[in-house]
Amino acid sequence: MRAARAPAFALALALALAFGAARPAAAERLVTGLSEDNVSITASFDGSDILIYGAVKREEPIPGGPRLEVIVTVEGPSAPVVVRRKERRWGIWVNTQAVTVDSAPSFYEVATTGPLGKILSDTEDLRHRISIPRKIRSVGAPQDVTDSQAFTEALIRLMEARGAYELSQGSVELSEQTLFRTDIALPTNLTEGAYETRIFLLRDRKVIDQRSEVIQVRKVGLERLIFRVARDFPVSNGILALVLAALAGWGASVAFRYIRA
Amino acid sequence: MQVYLPIAEVAVNVLVLFGLGGVVGLLSGLFGVGGGFLITPLLFFIGIPPPVAVATGANQVVGSSISGVLAHLKRKTVDFRMGTVLLAGGIAGSTAGIWVFNYLSRLGQIDLAVQLSYVVFLGLVGALMLQESLRSALRDPAAVPAVKRNQHKWVHSLPLKMKFRTSGLYISVIPPLAVGFGVGLLGAVMGVGGGFILVPAMIYLLGMPTKVVVGTSLFQIIFVAGFSTFMHAVTNQSVDLLLAVFLILGGVVGAQVGSRFSGRLRAEQLRVLLALLVLAVCFKIALDLLIEPGELYSLAPVRS
Repeated sequence: MRAARAPAFALALALALAFGAARPAAAERLVTGLSEDNVSITASFDGSDILIYGAVKREEPIPGGPRLEVIVTVEGPSAPVVVRRKERRWGIWVNTQAVTVDSAPSFYEVATTGPLGKILSDTEDLRHRISIPRKIRSVGAPQDVTDSQAFTEALIRLMEARGAYELSQGSVELSEQTLFRTDIALPTNLTEGAYETRIFLLRDRKVIDQRSEVIQVRKVGLERLIFRVARDFPVSNGILALVLAALAGWGASVAFRYIRA
Repeated sequence: MQVYLPIAEVAVNVLVLFGLGGVVGLLSGLFGVGGGFLITPLLFFIGIPPPVAVATGANQVVGSSISGVLAHLKRKTVDFRMGTVLLAGGIAGSTAGIWVFNYLSRLGQIDLAVQLSYVVFLGLVGALMLQESLRSALRDPAAVPAVKRNQHKWVHSLPLKMKFRTSGLYISVIPPLAVGFGVGLLGAVMGVGGGFILVPAMIYLLGMPTKVVVGTSLFQIIFVAGFSTFMHAVTNQSVDLLLAVFLILGGVVGAQVGSRFSGRLRAEQLRVLLALLVLAVCFKIALDLLIEPGELYSLAPVRS
C-alpha cells in the first residue's frame, strides 16, 4: 500500500497546481511566511520583532502598467472602548460626554510600500478595512454627541501615542516586483490573543490577492500561572496577596532587627 | 531591567517599582500613613492601568504597614485597644463607602468625586496640620508635646468611657468609633487606606500623643487595606502579584528605615513634613482640575 501513496500524493499536488493556475483573477499570487508565528510573553518580555516576507508567484512575465504594491497589516484582539471628553464646568475640567466605540483593536500596524492614499482606493479600503480609521468600528453615538467623529479621531491619536497604532508608509521593501519583506515591532504592552496578519497585493489601487496568517501571542511560565490564578481562583489570589504582604512585612522587620543586632 | 506584568500587561523597570515601593514605604514608616494616596497616582504615572494600580497599591500598603507596625511594636507605640475600636468603626464605614462608591459610579461621576474629595480633604487636613504644627514649632522650639492631653473637651462628657492605657486616655468609645467610620467611608470612596485623615484626626480630635498615633494608625490600616485588596482581587481580579512583589519588597524595607527615622525626628517636624506632603498632592490634583488638560479625551475599557 505504501507504493500507491506516493503517486496519489503527486496527483493531488498536480491537481492543486492546475486549479491554482486556472484561477482567472489571480494572474499574480502571494506566497508568504512569518519569521515566528508564536510570541511567548515571559517575565523578561520586552517586545518582539517579526519578519513578514513573501514572494509574488506568476506564470507569465511581469505585466506592464502601474507598479505592484504590498500592504501588510497586523492586528491584536479587538474590544469595545469608552472614549470620554472633558469640558469646563463651574471652573473645573470634568468628563462630560462619552462615546463607546464598538470594536477597536488593541494593536494595529499598517506597513506599506508607498503612501497609503496613492496605492489603495477608498472603495478597496472600505471593503478590506485596511487603514486605521476604517479598522475601528463605531456604530452609534449617544444623542447628546453631535461630533462622534472627533471621538474616533481621539481614540486613534491616543493609541498612536501609546505606540499601539502605527501607519508606516514605505516600510515594506519590494524588490524586482517579486520579493518583499517588512519588520513589524510588537510593543511590550501586548495583550494576549491571536494577532491576525494580512498581506495584500495591489496593482492600480486595487487588491489583486490577499493572504492571512496568524501570530499567536501567549503568556507562558510564571506569567501564565499568575494570570490564570488571578482569573480562575480570585479568592485564593486575594488571600495569597495578603499572605505575601504579611510575610514580606514580617520578613523585613526580622531582617532589620538582625542587621541592627 | 524590564519585567512584564501579567495582569497589568505592561513591561516596566524593576528598579522603578522597587524605588516607588521604597519611597512610599519610607513615608509610611515615618508618618503612619499607608501611602495609598501616593502609590496609586504614581502607578498611573508609570503606565499601570488604574484598576490594577488601585488594587495592587492597596496590597502594597498592607505589606509596608505590617512592616511598620512591627517596628513600632518593639518601641511599644501601638495602642491595640484604640486600634481595634477605630477598626470596628472603619469596617462599618468602608462598607457604607462601597455603597456610596457604587452609587456615584452609576451617576457616572466617580472620577470627579474622587478628585474633589482628594482636594477638599487633603487641603483641609494639610492646611490645619501645617498651621498648628508651625505655630507650636515656632512658639517654643524645645517644646514638649504640642497637643495638651487631658484637656477637658465636650467629647469627655460622652458615655461609654474606656481606658486606653497606651495613649494615656480615658474617653468615650463614641469619638474613636465615629472617626473610624468617617475615615473608612472616605477611604472606600477615595480608594485609599485613609491614614492621612486618620493621623490628624487621632491627634486633634482624640488627643492621642503623636508617637502612639503612627503605630496605631498603621495597625488599623493593615486591616482596611487588606479588606480592600481582597475585595478587588475577588470582584475585579485586578491584583497583579508580580507587581505586588516588587512594590512590597521596596515598601517593607522603606517602612523599616522610615520608622527608625520617625523615632529621631521631633513630633512637630514630623507633622510639618506630613502637612507639606499632603498639601503638595492636594495642589497637584487641584491643578489638574483647574488647568485645561493637553488632551481632552481619555480611553477606558468597557466593563462587561
